[in-house]
Amino acid sequence: MNRFWALVFLLVPVLGVATFVVAPYYHHWFPPDVSELGRVIDRLFMFVLWLTGAVFVATECTLFYFMWKYNARSNHEPIKFSHGSHTLEVVWTILPTVTLLFIAIYQMNAWADAKMRKPDVPITAEITGRQFNWDVRYPGADGVLNTPDDIFRYDGQIHLPVNEEILLLIQSRDVLHSFFLPNIRIKQDVVPGMAQNMWFKAKVPGEYDIVCAELCGWGHYRMRGRVTFEPRADYEAWLKRMYDEQEAKTVAMTPSE
Amino acid sequence: MSSIPADAHAHAAHVEHAHHGSFLTTYVFSRDHKVIGLQFLFSTLLWFLVGGLLALGVRWQLAYPWSDMPVLGRMIASQMGGQIAPETYTMLFTMHATVMIFLVIIPILAGAFGNFLIPLMIGADDMAFPTLNMLSYWFMWPAMICFGFSFFAPLYFPEGQPPSSGWTSYAPLSLTNGGGQTLWLIGLTFVGVSSMMGSVNYLTTIIMMRAPGMTMFRLPMTIWGMFITAILQAFALPVLTAAGFMQLTDRLFGTGFFIPEGWAANNSLHASGGGQPLLWQHLFWFYSHPAVYIMILPAMGMVSDIIACFARKPLFGYKPMVYAIAGIAGLGFIVWGHHMFVSGMNPVLGMTFMVATMMIALPSAVKVFNWLGTIWGGKIHFTTPMLFALSFVSMFIIGGLSGIFMAATPIDIFIHDTYFIVAHFHYVLFAGTAMGVFGAIYFWFPKMFGRQMNESWGKVHFLLTFIFLNGVFFPMHILGMVGFPRRLADPYQYETFHHLRPLNVFMTWCAILMVASQIIFIVNFFYSIFFGPKVGRNPWHANSLEWSAPSPPGHGNFDFQPIVYRGPYEYGSPEVDTDYYPQIQPPPEGAQPAPASH
Repeated sequence: MNRFWALVFLLVPVLGVATFVVAPYYHHWFPPDVSELGRVIDRLFMFVLWLTGAVFVATECTLFYFMWKYNARSNHEPIKFSHGSHTLEVVWTILPTVTLLFIAIYQMNAWADAKMRKPDVPITAEITGRQFNWDVRYPGADGVLNTPDDIFRYDGQIHLPVNEEILLLIQSRDVLHSFFLPNIRIKQDVVPGMAQNMWFKAKVPGEYDIVCAELCGWGHYRMRGRVTFEPRADYEAWLKRMYDEQEAKTVAMTPSE
Repeated sequence: MSSIPADAHAHAAHVEHAHHGSFLTTYVFSRDHKVIGLQFLFSTLLWFLVGGLLALGVRWQLAYPWSDMPVLGRMIASQMGGQIAPETYTMLFTMHATVMIFLVIIPILAGAFGNFLIPLMIGADDMAFPTLNMLSYWFMWPAMICFGFSFFAPLYFPEGQPPSSGWTSYAPLSLTNGGGQTLWLIGLTFVGVSSMMGSVNYLTTIIMMRAPGMTMFRLPMTIWGMFITAILQAFALPVLTAAGFMQLTDRLFGTGFFIPEGWAANNSLHASGGGQPLLWQHLFWFYSHPAVYIMILPAMGMVSDIIACFARKPLFGYKPMVYAIAGIAGLGFIVWGHHMFVSGMNPVLGMTFMVATMMIALPSAVKVFNWLGTIWGGKIHFTTPMLFALSFVSMFIIGGLSGIFMAATPIDIFIHDTYFIVAHFHYVLFAGTAMGVFGAIYFWFPKMFGRQMNESWGKVHFLLTFIFLNGVFFPMHILGMVGFPRRLADPYQYETFHHLRPLNVFMTWCAILMVASQIIFIVNFFYSIFFGPKVGRNPWHANSLEWSAPSPPGHGNFDFQPIVYRGPYEYGSPEVDTDYYPQIQPPPEGAQPAPASH
């Protein structure tokens, strides 16, 4: 029992590291990244993971070693009667400060790219969160929102062109929601009364999840959408088809004389 | 032990304090800080159990979505035959957090341990304002009643609904939810009033009522933690109370502080407007971020005391530890925006908050290094309190480091509102604070009841809790990396998260076993109150003042006038033969005073 408790605490770094080593083999890792920004964010995450991982292993192992070595039952030397060390305090204040400041400055560019440097392109679509769906409005052939040729979709299916800078206008009709695309690594809360922009570039065509990531009521769990990234030609053909469908409905709804 | 007079001598001093009250004034409406502390302890432990069971409801749904939950499901979702409805699920996580934060962690640290320990550790006979102190406990009752009744809101409100806007109560969702939310806000106000009364009292007591010789830099870390916490509460809490009132008037009178122009919900247009939902988040987090430190600093203090005592060695870097606590508190006021990086807040502001948040990791790191420094070269006794205290350090390292991910704004865009953050705050608040609190209960139990808890069962309790808590919370980091969102009743319908259910089943069973392990603690706790082995004044051979008072201390605490000669961490001092050197023990004749600690 002498060493038992030290060994229990050794399990923390051992199993902790093991979890992160094993997880990718079971696909318990980042969802596939299909964006330009995603690579930057994943790299930043891994950088911080390695850094904090090293600190984690170092401090937890130190804790284990001290528990092992300075066990009262086996350590018969007199205690080190010390109230602290000025030098050590200075060292372990300055080192983390420098590291933390470095992380803070290092990532500012990625943050600016994601949230501050709005691309100079026309708005691709307007997305409105409501309990419990994502509604979309495309500017239509004239490329301008709020004109008669706008295309509306209420089925939670969003189509967007691939390999192009996309600029979304996002807003909410009722409560807070959060427009989260795990495969693009981007998330933005939508706030009623506050129109916001969101931009990204998808690189891989395909269909992906849209997750609502801010509690929006009892149906929050089913506020699920899908986004399809497709080449420009397919995208435009789809838009045309949707426009025609909408026009047909509009005509049908006109009261007949 | 010559410095402690025999009980007979002390009797005279004791009688002078005793007032002969009825049972009601002695045990119920008591103005004695120890009784109030114990009242807080018992009520919070009861709510701890409620909060834990609510968490099991959440965990069950995540492991077996929409399937009947045995036993507990019958209680929380009887009309559904034990199936958790989405409405019930939102209530479960809302009330789990509300109960744990407002009825357990904050009152158990400040209310229970703050009350019990502050006068004893500074050598005072009671709090500065005993009546105010009593009121601070009794103002918890309306809060407990409001929160308790809010569960049953559907029964007595038209279109009533238990609180289900999350513990953050984000507007405007919280303005549309029926009934229970109003009770929730009233409950929150009472909690605020109670904490406010407590914090004023603690500040005055610590500043004015220290025993002769007890300078500020001879205070134990526990008291420093409580002191800084009280400052945080006194300055941050009024903001939340005001914000809560604003939300209440928005709900009841349509004032529109948080309602934007032209806002419609529940198929009706609200006439009022001109408000801003983000304002609620700013006001809420202006309190609730410092509240995070309110929920950890006292635990850090208690853990420091326990570690020094069982390493039989002075606390490493006492003053840097004090400055670190003060630094955390100071920076704590300017980091609230890191909860709002993706809220729509100005991204430039996000950068500012990011730098401040990165900097707050620094004092936390300094504290960890000093704890490691304290056990270095000591003689560690692996008692139950020590195991819990060491696990606090081990777990706080995880919780502290995972905070750096969230502080980094670009990473936060992805992991915000995912299980990564759930992992982070459970490592700080459960694996950190709650483990620290368990350690503190085992440590100060002899002082509270004059008896000791069973050590062997305490260690079993520790081992099981330690293993299962990591089983529940560590995999949450991995879930967060996949983007697994929190507060979602059925995440598996998303293609991205479909394969994560087996891991969640594992976590849920760890959670069930962890809650079950607490039965050991409950039995040990109540058995020991009545049948535990009796102990003397100082069973752990500790230095601080409370250990020179009788166990349990009578009314008025000390049966002699405590005079303080040194700091509380002189373990293994070469000046004396024993390996401890109580604060009240006069220096031996002709001895050189110990060099000032630095």
